[in-house]
This record gives sequence, C-alpha cells and structure tokens, in this order.
Amino acid sequence: MTADPATVRPPIAMLAELTHRCPLSCPYCSNPLELARQENELDTEAWVDVFRQAADLGVLQLHLSGGEPASRRDLEPLITAAREAGLYTNLITSGIGLTARRLHALDEAGLDHIQLSLQGTTAEMADRIGGYRGGFDRKMKVAEWIGEIGFPLTLNAVLHRQNLHQLPRAIEMAVEMGARRIEVATVQFHGWALRNRDAMMPTREQAREADAIVAEARARLKGVLVIDYVPADYHSNYPKRCMGGWGSTGLVVAPDGQVMPCHAAASIPHLVFDNVRDTTLAQTWYHGGAFEAYRGTGWMQEPCASCERKRVDFGGCRCQAMAIVGDPDATDPVCIKSPHRAALTRQADAHAAAEADLVYRAMPHRQVTEPAD
Amino acid sequence: MEPGQIPYLPRGVRLHRDRVRDAWVLLAPERAVSLDMVGHAVLSEIDGIRSFGEITAALAARYDASPAQIASDASGFLRALRDRRFLEVHP
Repeated sequence: MTADPATVRPPIAMLAELTHRCPLSCPYCSNPLELARQENELDTEAWVDVFRQAADLGVLQLHLSGGEPASRRDLEPLITAAREAGLYTNLITSGIGLTARRLHALDEAGLDHIQLSLQGTTAEMADRIGGYRGGFDRKMKVAEWIGEIGFPLTLNAVLHRQNLHQLPRAIEMAVEMGARRIEVATVQFHGWALRNRDAMMPTREQAREADAIVAEARARLKGVLVIDYVPADYHSNYPKRCMGGWGSTGLVVAPDGQVMPCHAAASIPHLVFDNVRDTTLAQTWYHGGAFEAYRGTGWMQEPCASCERKRVDFGGCRCQAMAIVGDPDATDPVCIKSPHRAALTRQADAHAAAEADLVYRAMPHRQVTEPAD
Repeated sequence: MEPGQIPYLPRGVRLHRDRVRDAWVLLAPERAVSLDMVGHAVLSEIDGIRSFGEITAALAARYDASPAQIASDASGFLRALRDRRFLEVHP
C-alpha cells in the first residue's frame, strides 16, 4: 500500500535534530537510546538541502532541536538558509552554548522564535535535574538577552514528581521573562525516561493539582500568557494524538539524516527509515515504509478499529504501545478501552509511590565547550 | 476592539504565502493559522499605523459593505488572535 499526494496532505512542521550532543544529562531525555555520533551528523550543506526540500514539500514550521542545537557551530548559516527557503524558524534550546553575541548573530540570521527549556525554577532543582552545575544561572542570563533583543519566547517547563510543586512559579517566571507562551509539559515516559519512572512518575494527586493550576492560570492570564499543557499521560483516560496523527502533519530528521514520523519511532523494531542522504523528503513522506506503517486508520486492531475516537487520537502513541505492551499495533495502553489499562494504572501508582535515584543521560562523547560572554 | 486602537503584528508573527497549498497563512510561534479571504483581507490592512476604525472604513469601502458589519466580523477574528498573542494593539 502506498499513499498518493491526493489523499496524504503535505506536512506542516519538521523537527530537525541537528545534533545529539548536549551539555545537559536530563533523566527524561527524548533522544533515542542509540545516539548519533558527531562524525555521522549531516553537514551544513546537507541540512540546507533538507530545508529547501522541506519548504518545497509544504513544511511551514521548522523546529531546530537536538540534543542542544547551539552545539552546532553552523547554527547561524543554517537559520539563514532556512529563512531563505521560506521556513518559520524556531530554536529549541536549553540556552547553554548561547552568548549575547551569538544571540545577536541568530537575530541577524533571521531566527523567528526561541523555545527555552526549564528544568526547575530554582538553581538547586534545575541543575540537579539537568545534571549541569551553573546551568540555571546561565539560562536566566540567556532569558535576559532574549528579552533585550526582543525574540518571541516560549518557556518549556518539563515537569514530573520532583518538580511539579514548582509549576506556579514556572508560570510566574514566564510572565516575568515576557514570554508569550509557556508549555507545561509533564514528562512523557519514552526512551531514556522509562528507566526513571520510579524517580519521576507524578502521583495522581499531583496530576489533578496541575490540571487545576493550569485551568486557573489560563483564565487569569488570558491575553497575557498562552499556556499549552501536556498532562500526565499515565493518569489520563484517553491517549494523546501523537504527532497530530502518524505521518499526517509532521516529520523528524535525526542528526544522521534518518527521517522518522516521530522522534521516538526508532524504538519500534520493524520500522525501516529512509535517509535524506539517499532518498528525497517527498519520496519518504508520501511513500516511505515507516510513514505508511501507521498512517490513517487501516492498520488498526480492535478496540481501535471500531472506536468512535479513532480519528480523534489515531490509537494514541505507537511507541508507548511498543514499550508497555510489546506490540506497536496495539491500542495505546493509556486508553481506558485497552485491555492493558488496569495493569498500567497499577504500574503508574507503584512508580509514583517508589523511591529511586535519577539515572542521568550520560553522553558517550561529551564535547561541551563552556561559552564565553 | 475600539475604533481608536491601532493593531499590529508583533515580532515573530507574519503573513506568508503558502505556495504549496496555494493559500495565505499567518505564521506565529509554533503555529500556522490558515486564513480565509476575509482573514487575509483584514490582516493585510494592519500596518501598525492606522487605527481599527480606519481599517474597517477602508475595508467597507473596498467590499461595499457596512462598516459596522465589517467591524463586528473583524473584531471577533482579531480578538481570537489577541488571546493567542498573535496580535497586539497600541492603545
């Protein structure tokens, strides 16, 4: 079965993981377990070609991520090229590796927007979670520079059992920084985060409290701060519409050029990914096996196949079905219709009640240079 | 939106011709808003100089419609954009 452009719509967004290198070691790192090494990263020219192809394909939003994208020395020319291709450029960064001088250069290059991650609202919390001493103070400095230049800013607060109590302060900080938007993202347990469930799984009470805090802040800060909220997955009744529907709105290009329907898709063993080094993006989007595998609803089993929500959440997250149930074709076990839901609830409660040390994401080859001002 | 207020697109929000879909979109932080003809007509008039009243008068003349009707249609649309911080106003 292969899709044709008449039935598959063009993608709107592309996540370009420029590198897996990162100065932080977050225990919930969303990069795949197998990291791409620096020598396998696409070079400047290859990325520029990918950006042009993406724009020709219909991509409007380009998210430049990593690892830490500021670890790429060629970030400025990459942004220039992306803007020339007509893409809206969003830098997803921890701030580490950015200096005032570099931010001015990114401004010159035409960078449209910055999403700054927040590991905690105090240096003690943030540096412990990120595994990088001095990171929080540096980030606060970077936020100041972002404000001085006037970049539109989204603060991305990643929350879990250990820092969910800091949510009200995170929202305040976003307002103080002049951010127009905050993403309140409860950790999704995929990849590396799976091994930290005992240390990071929120309790059900915390999840409910976060719902209430977000609802109150949304009403109070209407027109001041937009709050996008990713609730605690294991405590929800229905799964998330992952990636807006597999192969329907977005694609991910890994540092080594592999093209994936979602950044965690490498966790599904039977999928084979095209690479931009030998296949065009258009060919991959419309005909690539990994994109065809779970596009639409034809692949579904019961209870998804006959479910009235099948076009609402598209069966939820394939990677989660793989990780928890061992079958990537199964209903996301978060769904209350899944036969595995009761077991997942018991697991969630057990993880939430457990005590464990954080297992940090250690880089196999740390190549971090401390930035100078 | 009051007639005297001056709307403008803040930094990071811009009109974009989507050549692949043959349509206008409003590009904003991590969002792309599809625009219909009315939405595009209203946003095209916003220059950060003219007031909402002047803009609705210009649109009413161009489309041979009542200024009140235009103002009422545009107001809801612009209010939704303001709520998402895609549009700001000078008082």
